[in-house]
Amino acid sequence: MITNNEVLIKVEGLKKSFGDLHVLKGIDAEIRKGDVMVVIGASGSGKSTFLRCLNLLEEPTGGKITFEGVDITDPSVDINKHRQKMGMVFQQFNLFPHMTVLKNMTLGPIKLLKYDKAEAEAKAMSLLERVGLADKAYAYPSQLSGGQKQRVAIVRALAMNPDVMLFDEPTSALDPEMVGEVLEVMKHLAKAGMTMVVVTHEMGFAREVGTDIVFVDEGIILEQGSPKEFFENPKNPRLKDFLSKVL
Amino acid sequence: MQILQPIFAAAEAQEQGFWEGLWESFEKTFITDDRWTFFLNGLWATLRIAFFAAIIGVLLGFLVAAVRSTHDMRHKKCRSFGDAIIKILNVICNIYITVIRGTPTVIQVMIMYFIIFANSRNKELAAVLSFGLNSGAYVAEIVRSGIMSIDKGQFEASRSLGFNYSSTMYHIILPQAFKNILPALGNEFIVLIKETSVAAYVGIAELTYVGNLIRSRTYEAFFPLIAVALIYLAIVMLLSFLLKRLERRLRSSDH
Repeated sequence: MITNNEVLIKVEGLKKSFGDLHVLKGIDAEIRKGDVMVVIGASGSGKSTFLRCLNLLEEPTGGKITFEGVDITDPSVDINKHRQKMGMVFQQFNLFPHMTVLKNMTLGPIKLLKYDKAEAEAKAMSLLERVGLADKAYAYPSQLSGGQKQRVAIVRALAMNPDVMLFDEPTSALDPEMVGEVLEVMKHLAKAGMTMVVVTHEMGFAREVGTDIVFVDEGIILEQGSPKEFFENPKNPRLKDFLSKVL
Repeated sequence: MQILQPIFAAAEAQEQGFWEGLWESFEKTFITDDRWTFFLNGLWATLRIAFFAAIIGVLLGFLVAAVRSTHDMRHKKCRSFGDAIIKILNVICNIYITVIRGTPTVIQVMIMYFIIFANSRNKELAAVLSFGLNSGAYVAEIVRSGIMSIDKGQFEASRSLGFNYSSTMYHIILPQAFKNILPALGNEFIVLIKETSVAAYVGIAELTYVGNLIRSRTYEAFFPLIAVALIYLAIVMLLSFLLKRLERRLRSSDH
């Protein structure tokens, strides 16, 4: 059982290289239950790669990731089982275009969690209601706006009852007027106690919702702290430089 | 005028002769000895060969495409036993595609018929296998292009939900790929139906063979060959019509 404040994900010496390109050069981090870890950094710093390593979408070249007490980098571990507990939201939404919104949301629960269809659909509908999209249940993704797509992507991940949600720049591909509605959903989620790891450029969100801010630069964590000390009293010159550009 | 009379008569006789000749030629082609049944049997044989060859082609094509795309998506390094198996299968598939695409269909049919099936009486099976093997190589490349046309994000989204590789292929990638490749796949079936005429070369009594047989028996080229051409045309038009309808149905999620 994972109780509050218990470490949900523990990352030790995480390394990832693509050929000769060393993207992650040894990252250590702990994500506790209920944490909202916000990862910031310049593009190319390795922050997305770090997030994608957490559910092994990128296979780490070194180090160890322990999720709920299991070392998921061990090749003998059935990663698919653990991925069910780690919801992921992508920059490009990645909804399945050949399925309705409802089908997008019920495919996983029915096929993987063995819910019966009515049960899965009822759960999906209540989630859709929570994000104000119940009337879109039978629409196809191509009929939705970017903001609506991303909200569906979030509830699709939630339908699997994950223990942690990973967000990979969830608002970067959105038109500016749609960023708000997606951030709103994420805020509610954080308030409800969901453990989240968010890679984003939305500093307002980081400051308001984040419990732990991480600055990644050239493959390592340069600075880490609570939003207050992180934004008001940055120590590392590179972080100061970065913040002066984005704030 | 008197002198011209015979010429007119001759012309008249010739004109009548044209229509009569045409009828006679038609009669010889289709009616004498119930030759229309030959065409029917030939058509039936063509459809049989094409149908079973298409089934083999599609099954083989999807299998080969699955091996090749799995190989392409895996890491270059050979780490596990599974990786090694996929690598070997991939080499076999590559050789298969290279050989089939690199040699004429006629030669393939002849090799199958005169060498591999030399001692077998089931000549039609030789044709079915040979066209199926041939079609499979082309279908494989069509399917592979379809799989590659699907955005990588679809694959990642499915894997992040917890689906394994094959479930991802089955639920997410292949349904989308199939929609994308349907026109190309339809084209392959059309080519396949027409290509079965190559079987006439080794004396299998399909449509082209029958047309040619009647031509040589009646010394009439026009009706047998035009009839054969029209029958092929009709089959292909019907197939195109059906494919178009299927395409329209599958497009229901695009708005």
